[in-house]
Formats: sequence, structure tokens, C-alpha cells
Amino acid sequence: MTNHWVDIGNADVVLVMGGNAAEAHPVGFKWVIEAKQRNKAKLIVVDPRFTRSASVADIYAPIRTGTDIAFLGGVINYLLDKDKIQHEYVKAYTDFSFLVDDGYDFENGLFSGYDAEKRGYDKKTWNYVKGEDGYVKTDPTLQNPRCVYRLMKRHYSRYTPEMVEKICGTPREAFLKVCETMASTATPDRAMTILYALGWTQHSQGSQIIRAGAMVQLLLGNIGIAGGGVNALRGHSNIQGLTDLGLMSNLLPGYMTLPGDKETDYAAYIARRAPRPMRPNQLSYWQNYEKFHVSLMKAWFGDAATKANDWAFDYLPKLDTLHDVLRVFEDMYQGKMTGYFCQGFNPLASFPNKAKLGAALAKLKYLVVIDPLSTETSEFWKNFGEFNDVDPAKIQTTVFRLPSTCFAEEDGSLVNSGRWLQWHWKGAEPPGEARGDAAIMAGIFLRLRDKYRKEGGAFPDPILNLTWPYRDPHDPAPDEVAREYNGKALADLADPKDGKIFRKAGEQLDSFAQLRADGSTSCGCWIFSGAWTQAGNQMARRDNSDPWGHGQTLNWAWAWPVNRRILYNRASADPAGRPFNPEKKQIWWNGSAWTGTDVPDFAAGSDPADGMGPFIMNPEGVARFFAREMMAEGPFPEHYEPFETPIGVNPMNTNPRALNNPAARVFRGDMEVFGTARDFPYAATTYRLTEHFHYWTKHVRINAILQPEQFVEIGEDLASEKGIATGDRVKVRSNRGYIKAVAVVTKRIKALTVNGQKVHHVGIPIHWGFTGVARQGFLSNTLTPFVGDANTQTPEFKSFLVNIEKLQERS
Amino acid sequence: MIRDPKDLSRYTASQRANHWVIGICFILLSASGLSFFHPAFFPLTQLFGGPVWARILHPYIGVIIGAALVPMFFRFWKLNILTRTDIEWLMRVREMIDGNDHDMPEQGKYNGGQKLVFWGMSACILALLASGLVMWRGYFTFPVGIVRVAVVVHAAAAIAMLLTAFVHVYAAIWTKGTIRAMWYGTVTRAWAKQHHRAWYRQATGK
Amino acid sequence: MTLQSLDIKRRSATTTPSPQARQTPEIAKLIDVSACTGCKACQSACMEWNDLRPEIGHNAGRLDNPADLSDAAWTVVRFTETERNGRLEWLIRKSGCMHCSDPGCLKSCPSPGAIVQYKNGIVDFQQENCIGCGYCVTGCPFNVPRVSPRDDKAYKCTLCSDRVAVNLAPACAKACPTGAIRFGAKEDMKAHAETRVAELKERGYSQAGLYDPPGVGGTHVMYVLHHADQPESYGGLPANPSISPLVELWKGVAKPLATLALAGVALGSLFHYVTKGPNEVSKEIEDEIEREDREAVK
Repeated sequence: MTNHWVDIGNADVVLVMGGNAAEAHPVGFKWVIEAKQRNKAKLIVVDPRFTRSASVADIYAPIRTGTDIAFLGGVINYLLDKDKIQHEYVKAYTDFSFLVDDGYDFENGLFSGYDAEKRGYDKKTWNYVKGEDGYVKTDPTLQNPRCVYRLMKRHYSRYTPEMVEKICGTPREAFLKVCETMASTATPDRAMTILYALGWTQHSQGSQIIRAGAMVQLLLGNIGIAGGGVNALRGHSNIQGLTDLGLMSNLLPGYMTLPGDKETDYAAYIARRAPRPMRPNQLSYWQNYEKFHVSLMKAWFGDAATKANDWAFDYLPKLDTLHDVLRVFEDMYQGKMTGYFCQGFNPLASFPNKAKLGAALAKLKYLVVIDPLSTETSEFWKNFGEFNDVDPAKIQTTVFRLPSTCFAEEDGSLVNSGRWLQWHWKGAEPPGEARGDAAIMAGIFLRLRDKYRKEGGAFPDPILNLTWPYRDPHDPAPDEVAREYNGKALADLADPKDGKIFRKAGEQLDSFAQLRADGSTSCGCWIFSGAWTQAGNQMARRDNSDPWGHGQTLNWAWAWPVNRRILYNRASADPAGRPFNPEKKQIWWNGSAWTGTDVPDFAAGSDPADGMGPFIMNPEGVARFFAREMMAEGPFPEHYEPFETPIGVNPMNTNPRALNNPAARVFRGDMEVFGTARDFPYAATTYRLTEHFHYWTKHVRINAILQPEQFVEIGEDLASEKGIATGDRVKVRSNRGYIKAVAVVTKRIKALTVNGQKVHHVGIPIHWGFTGVARQGFLSNTLTPFVGDANTQTPEFKSFLVNIEKLQERS
Repeated sequence: MIRDPKDLSRYTASQRANHWVIGICFILLSASGLSFFHPAFFPLTQLFGGPVWARILHPYIGVIIGAALVPMFFRFWKLNILTRTDIEWLMRVREMIDGNDHDMPEQGKYNGGQKLVFWGMSACILALLASGLVMWRGYFTFPVGIVRVAVVVHAAAAIAMLLTAFVHVYAAIWTKGTIRAMWYGTVTRAWAKQHHRAWYRQATGK
Repeated sequence: MTLQSLDIKRRSATTTPSPQARQTPEIAKLIDVSACTGCKACQSACMEWNDLRPEIGHNAGRLDNPADLSDAAWTVVRFTETERNGRLEWLIRKSGCMHCSDPGCLKSCPSPGAIVQYKNGIVDFQQENCIGCGYCVTGCPFNVPRVSPRDDKAYKCTLCSDRVAVNLAPACAKACPTGAIRFGAKEDMKAHAETRVAELKERGYSQAGLYDPPGVGGTHVMYVLHHADQPESYGGLPANPSISPLVELWKGVAKPLATLALAGVALGSLFHYVTKGPNEVSKEIEDEIEREDREAVK
């Protein structure tokens, strides 16, 4: 989240799209209710289904699954066309006036530089025009047809309300009502928040959907302000912490990135990640990259990381390609892997095309499952009748189950969606032989290190030199790890201004501003620096006083970065440093410094007159509508059909290459098992239910009582076409398999008219499987296609095709 | 026991047994039923081993009384058909209550009052049985609207039954020489001649 | 049972007054249907606090689970889909005992002290006194009590009387994430409801209102409804609930009248006996029979 949970209560308009906050985030949803009751906020819900969120909404607009970019593109067109934008904001704080390379073009569904063979782009034309001074050229009058504003306007002029209706199936009036309500926040005194979740991310163009949402917010001046923002509601209590700590194949902690396999030169590696400002007087905060990086290497390798060895740069793996989970399972499926460690993760249930996943696991020599529960993955080799029809005799994979603790059985911190690190304390002792994840990892590490010590290996140095400074090497304690990611001084640190020592060697640091690139500091995750200072555990703070009355409880827990609650909050003030909305002011220039209700997201002493932009992490200093070369499929979000499309054409173009995301990766064999509307005429989408949490709570009696048996939801129209009554059992098939479930026939899913034809949706909740106390069911991912977002490889769980038939059997 | 061979036989042994099955059931049902009807009678549940036992037993006893009514009814219904004489008797029942029975119309085996008691009790038991089954949650589930009618019918029938039973019992006590008909099965000829002269003639041929 | 903090106001099948000296304010639970998202946290909290675990059932083609109230499900969220002027509405209501001021269950209950009403308004079942007759089910205008097939005792929401007794809010109110369930003094709850109703009216729900039905003397569980004119559309909430006239008759006038009638007949008989004397066979007839016998011997 750019903002945070409590801040939702400051919104005047709440858009829930690409998510169902009331269902999946029932506790956080209280702030939506708060906004409604306190601010008379209007709640808009855009969803294929009339959801629990819609049940308390003021405006509901149906949409065909997978067409969010068309919808948001239509909103962008409406705002630009009706001039409902916050002019002062977009002019000063975005790339509106930046001039774009003459080679950049968009033609019939494709941007310039497409290579059909590679299914990807040469992005060199996707950039700004630079002047002789090295800075980007701009046209503040916005008259130049090559300025971002003009290009954007032209791009989105194609997204008319008629086109939106044609693609999304959203009735024109409903769409316009949504636009009008959103547009009401273009004034500086009104804010809209966007709440999204997997309904935006789990598409083959998910990242671009989110970008489109961010663009709407920028046009309305809703980024950086109270009650605004683009807010990802995370699905696990600590999934934010997972990305923060870099648990992705290409990431290092704190959103630093691993070098690629061509990046063998340390200086070049740093230079690429520490961009010079693109406009005069801009901060370009990533210029500090090396300080964060060196401190990380010191935290990991201690004395073994020296200036002489480029801070152990060679210890880092160099990435050949993205090893996301889809890639890993593809490799496994092709027999390229021997073993797999699966920690707190149930991939058989969580990733697409269960048949392929199961076949892949069966090719492993060993599988290690570290989990508190008996998961479908750990039982993948066992026959559970129709639910998992495998022959154990033919599966030779050895499965090791290492029982771990659950969150309530250990101390530690959780990072919530609003980036708050909240410390929690153990509530109960773990049962049986369960051990904490850190203890399990330590056990594996110590044995591995021992083997490397005794037997050597190809390159044992990173393992042998890893620092392991824990009191009990077999069980690193949460507070030790927390201190480590906060960072500490390795030598006495002197203030460069007056030479005074402000931190002695061994002391905890106050923030990442104290990090050095000379090896005198260590820090395990720079953005978490400040969480456990010399003053103690900041995450354990529990003072909920709210001195300004708009939910800025700065002494409750600790938020990254530097306890800042709303990112980009400099944008809440006008270029002169006065709050746009004095009622809900964030930060302001007091004549000599920035101060406010939040920790300023800015250079604290930068006089507004100097013209530093509020988006200090961007070398531009401003927000980007034009994403340059940063996205796989283009600088502007463009509508592409889901890989399984119920209409078979992309109404936005006539180019067969641009039917689906032209830059999305599809493995050989997966393209062949995409279904077509001829055999699978219904648009399907998977989702979660409020009664369950993923695949965990089917192990919990109370949750099982509340939602005991697998079901799918269909509209009354489709039900009557198929002769299905509510409560009947049905079989839902995709080109990859089938599930059987109870049909819940509802008025809440209506047939939509899309591109002149009727499109029905089938809603498929995901929570059942073959382990646990709830009634056994099928893994919904038996149905889903093996393709991900072109940028993140998040699987397309939200849009695919199925067929449905009535079964005679009873449950 | 035969006290006097010339006594008139009024009830056979099986008829008496049938009567007393109903009688005992009625007493048990009254005690348990009244205890559920008004808190004043609640202590009666102790006779059954406590209120829960009273609740458990009551409907089963009800089934027994219903079953016992069947032979009873078919044994006696013909004898209880009201005649014109009965009507006349009933019209003049006030004299009877006053104790002036000397010029009441001549009665057969049963007088008009007794016949009314027969029909009244039969009807009450039937109503109690039907409504009682509706209320019996151990075995039956009826819509609450029907149950509500049933509880009122049950209560009303039970009170009617109780009142009738009081009259029945008192009449037996008041009219000396009656009760033995239900103990020994016989009555004296004098009793018969006094109270049921037509039946007396028929039985003795006089 | 009487607790120091919970005086009993009324007690089933009891004709004498309960302690009256202390005055305690009435409490109420206010359920704002317009803020409820049907997350069922209330159901979870109820099961957790009260140690209830109904069967893991089936999906009956609805999201409501368990499908109905039971001895082990004291509150159930009911989902109703309606269309009004072409606009779809999904009405979601947490159902359970309403804790009537004039409770039909208590009125119907034959067992002294099996149902009590506390001074604060909570109507509570005391299972140790329950005889399992199910009269409470017959008496309830809201179809709430359930007789357990396991032990033949009646069960329903206690409004967490054990929690309230020690100044805690009911478990459901405590757990409700959106603030749709509030708990406090009835007066305060009514005042809060007014502000909610006003806001709903402003949003275009012209018939918004508070559900505190006078037919049962008001309730201690109240609803804020967007369509207070059509409570039935919220999973069958009765429009004008009151104790059925049949139940009133049965447990009202019938009781004293019938008792009087029985006493009257009994006493009347006694006095008849002592005033009129027994109806014995007359001397004349006895003599006649004796004469006949003598003649017969001759």
C-alpha cells in the first residue's frame, strides 16, 4: 500500500476493483465502513460478481473478468476528455510535459520494437528525449505532440464508453456513473483510494492493470495524500514482508536486485542501479544504492566482504533468467531438477494446472516440505480417489516433512499491507516435534556448511563465509534477526559535518540514512532500518494516540521506510509547500524545513523554490505515466484479452499477435492446452471466501463448519440454460481437467453482453482440497492455465475458460 | 367377589379392567399435564421422578389411553346413543341434582348424563391424542402455527376432560352403591331399580 | 442463576415477584445491517466463546452455513438476494435471539426458572431447569429456540450473559470487524441507531429505520435496516412480531380460568354433597326388593 489501512478512513471515494476487500480483508474493511460513516464516502465496486463488498457499495458496475485495462483506460479517457484532472498536480508532479523519443510508436495493438519470435520488445524507443545538458526535454505548454500528455491522450482516446461497454460488458450508464464519482476527487479537497488485490495481479497483464489504476490516481492528484493511494491488500499477514525481504528469485532484500549473468563488474552493477537525476535538482534516491548494498553484504558476509573483493560481489549468484515458480515447475516438469524445498508453501494447490504440477513433483528425487500442516503438496503422491487420482507405486519421490511452527507459536514481526512492522509474541508452545522455521533452516545450513568444510566443493566460499553470529547457532532468535536487518555500526560513525561520533561501533543504527558504502555499517534490509534501534524494538510500540485525528498513529509499531505512513507525501502539498487539503494535511514547508503529521517523504531541508519533485525514488523526480522501458509489454497499459478469451478477438485491434499479451511468456506445451470458447464457452474466475484462508483453514473445524463443502457460483441465466438448480452437483471442466462441486445459483452473477455476444461467468472459490477436516474437494487449480503476468509471472488465475454440466450424483 | 347371588351384573371383568386402564392413565396424565399447565401444579411432577420424567412419560401414557379408548368405545357406544327419554331426563337434571329423583323419567343402563360423559370423554381423548401428537417433539415436527393451535386444543380438551371427569367421579361417589360396579362388576337390585329402572326390568324380567 | 450483577426480573412458571429493589439499566445489541458484510466473524466468535461445534454440514446451494440455527448454532448469518427497482441488493442479516422485552418463550415455559429475563433485558435459558417440552419454540415469534436432539434441552443465544455480567460485550460484538454489531445501554444504542438511520436516508434509503418491534415490547437485539418497511426481505424477519394470540390464550387467561373452573367443580361437588346429602337407594325400594325376595322364598 502507498497508504495504510487506517488511512482508508480518510477517503471520500473508495474504489474496490480487482479485489473483494469485504470478503478477503474483512478486518481491514472496517476502514471502508469508517470512511462511509465518517466522510459520507461513496463506495464503488467493479467486479464480475456482486460481491460482499458490493453488498455495502453505493455503486456497483459489472465487468467481464480480465478487462480491467479497458475499463481503466476508459476512465483515463473520460478524465482527460472532460478535463477532470488535478492540473497543478499533474503539471508539477508527473511526466506530463516530458518529450518522448521519436521512434516510439503504437500501431494496431503493438508498441514499437516488437519481436514476435522472442515474444518480447526491444525497448530502446520507449524513452524520453534528452537535451544536451543530459536532462530530459520537456514542454511545459503541453503543446508538443510528442509530450507524454499528448501521447497518452491519443492512446486512450480509443477507450470510449462504447468501447468499454463492448469489451467489458459494463453498461454505459454504470460506467459513466463510476467515472463521474471518481472524477469528483480531482479537486484538491477530495480523495479517492483504490483497494485492489489478486483480482488485479493474477492476470497475464496484471502489472499493467495496476499501472492503469495508478495513472487514474495521478490524474486525480490522489497519490501521496490522506485517503488516497493505490493500495494492494496483501493476502497473507506477512506477504508484504516476503517481498520486502526479497524472497523472489531476482531480488535482494529491500527491493535491491540480483546481478544478471552478464553483470560481472561490480561498479557497473552499482551504476545501473544508482541512476543520475533525469531533471535538474532531483534527488534520485536510488543513488544511495551502494550504501544499502555494501551494508547488506557486510551483514551477510561480515569480514569476508571487503573493498578489495568488491564486498564479496562474486558470492552473489548471477541470474540467467527469472526463476519464478512457474519456471521452476516447468524445469521440474522437464526433469531438470533433483530436489525441491517447499517452506510454508503449498504449490500443488497454489499454482496453475495441478496435473502438470503433480507430474513435475513426481519427477523429483526428493521433496522437503516445511509446514505446520499436512498439505496437498506433501501428500501429492497419495491416491485420494477422484480428488488426486495418482498411482503411488509409480512415484519414487522421497518426501520429507519437517513440521514447523505457526505464527502464534513464535515471536517475531509481521509486515502488514500498510508496511507496518508489528512485533508479536508467542501465544503457545509448538506441538510435538514442530520447530521454528529459523531453527529448521539453521539445522540445514549448519550441516551443509559442515559438509562443505569437510569435503570442499566447487565454490564453498559463500557458504563458509556466511556470518552466523547467533547466541544459539541452531536456533537464531527473532530479536537477533530483527537487530540484524535493522543494521548496526561496525566502526564508530562520525557526522561528516562536524566530525562528532554519533554511533559507536556495535550500536544499532537509527535509519538507512546512516548507512555507508565503506564497510563501516551492516544492514540486513535497508528499508527496515529503524525497526530495532539503540532505543529498542520500535515494532513493539503500542501507543495508538492519533494527535491529528486522521489515523496517523506514528507511535504504533513502526512502518518502513523510516516510520513513514504515507508514501510520496510530499505530493500532498502544492509546489510551494502548502497542503493541498488543509483539512487533512500531511506535510508542509515551515519556511526552513519540512514538517507535518507524517515523516516527510522528501529531503527534509529542500526548499520548495528549488523545485525538487515529490517522487524522489524516480530519477525524474516526478511520477511516470509513460513507464519508459520498465514494463515488458509497453509504456502505456493496453487492453489484451486473457489467454483464454470467451470472445476470441481483441476489439481494440485486428492484429492476431495482439490478441493476448504479446510479451507474456508461454512455455511450450502450455499454449497447446489453452482452451477455446468453442469447447469452453464460459469465462471463469477463481477467488477466496471470507470463511476460509487459502488452504489452511480447511484444517480448522470452525472454518469448516462455516463453509463446509466445495461449490461454484453461476448466474440464474446460465443455470436455467443448463437446467441446473441451486444445490445440484455440477462438473466444471477446463482444457486441463475438471472439478466437481455444488452449484450455488445466484442473482449476483449476471450474463454480460460483450462484443455483441452473451458472456456467462462461472465463479470458482479455491479453498478445498484433499487434506483437512472440511469435506474433501478438488483443487481448483486443476482448471487454471499455466501462464503468468509478463512482468511478475503471477499466474492468470482470474480469467480462463470452462464448461459446466449438471451431475446426477448427490454429495 | 359375589356378595349376593341376586345382585345384578353390570360390568364384566375385562370391561372393568379397560375402565381402570383409562382411569389410571387419566390420573397420571392429569397430574403431569396440569403441572405443565400451571405452575401451581408443578410439584406434581415429583410423582414421576421429576419434571423431565414427567415430560418424557406424559405422551407415552397418552398413547396408552388412546389405545385403551378403542375397545372401550366399541364396547359401549351403542348403549350410549341418546334417546328421547334421555333428553327429557337431561332437561330435568336440576331436580336430579336437587335430590328429587323420584319422578325422573325411567332410565336404561345409562342415564342421559352418563351418556354425555361417555361422548364427552371420548371426544376429549381423541382431541388430546391428536393435538398431543402434534406437540410431541420427540417424534414429530409440525409447523409452529399448527403447534400453536394444538397447544390450545390440548389445553381446552384437557380441562373439558377434567371437568367431565370430576362430574363422573362425583356422581359415582354421590350415588351410593355405584362404585362397586367398577370394583366387583355388580350392583344391588335396589340400586338398579332406583337409578336405572328400565335396565332393572330388562335384567330381571320384572 | 442470579449473579450479583444480573438480577432476575422475570422467571418462567413463577407467579411470585422476583427481586425488584435494584435498578439496572437495560442493555441492547444493535446490528447495523447496512455495515454488515456477512463475514461470519460473529458466528466464529459465538462458537469459540460458547464452546459450540455444530456438525460440518453440506452446502445446500447457499452461502448460509450452518444452514439454520441449532442447539449448537446460536447465531446464523442469513443472505437474501432481492431486486428492487431493477437494482440488485444482497441483504445480509445476523439472526439469533432477539431478547424480547415480552418474551414468548418465557411466557410459554412450564418449568419454573428454566427461562429467566434479567433486569438488563437478557432472556436466558437455564438448561438445568429445562424439561425439554419445546413450549419455548411454540411461544417464540422469531423461531429461535432449538431443542437439542442430544439432550432434549432448549438452547439459544444468551447474549453472552456470562460476559455481560462481568462488563464485557458479547463475543459477536467484540469480534465484529466492521462495527456492524454494537453493544451498550439500550438508550445509547437507540441514539446511535438514529444517526445511522439519518445517514442511510441521506444515501437514498428513504425507508431506513430501526427495528425494535413494539409487538414484543421492544427487543434487546435491534437492527438498523435500509428497508425498515420490509423486514421480511432480510431472511424472513417478521414485520410485526408479537406473541401469538393462541399462545396468549393458552398461557394467559386460560390458566386462571381453567384452574378456577376445576376448583369450582371440586368445591361445588363437596358442598353439594354436604348440603344435599348422598343419593342413596330409597328405603321404599330396598323394602320392595326385600319383599320380593321373601315372596320368592315362599
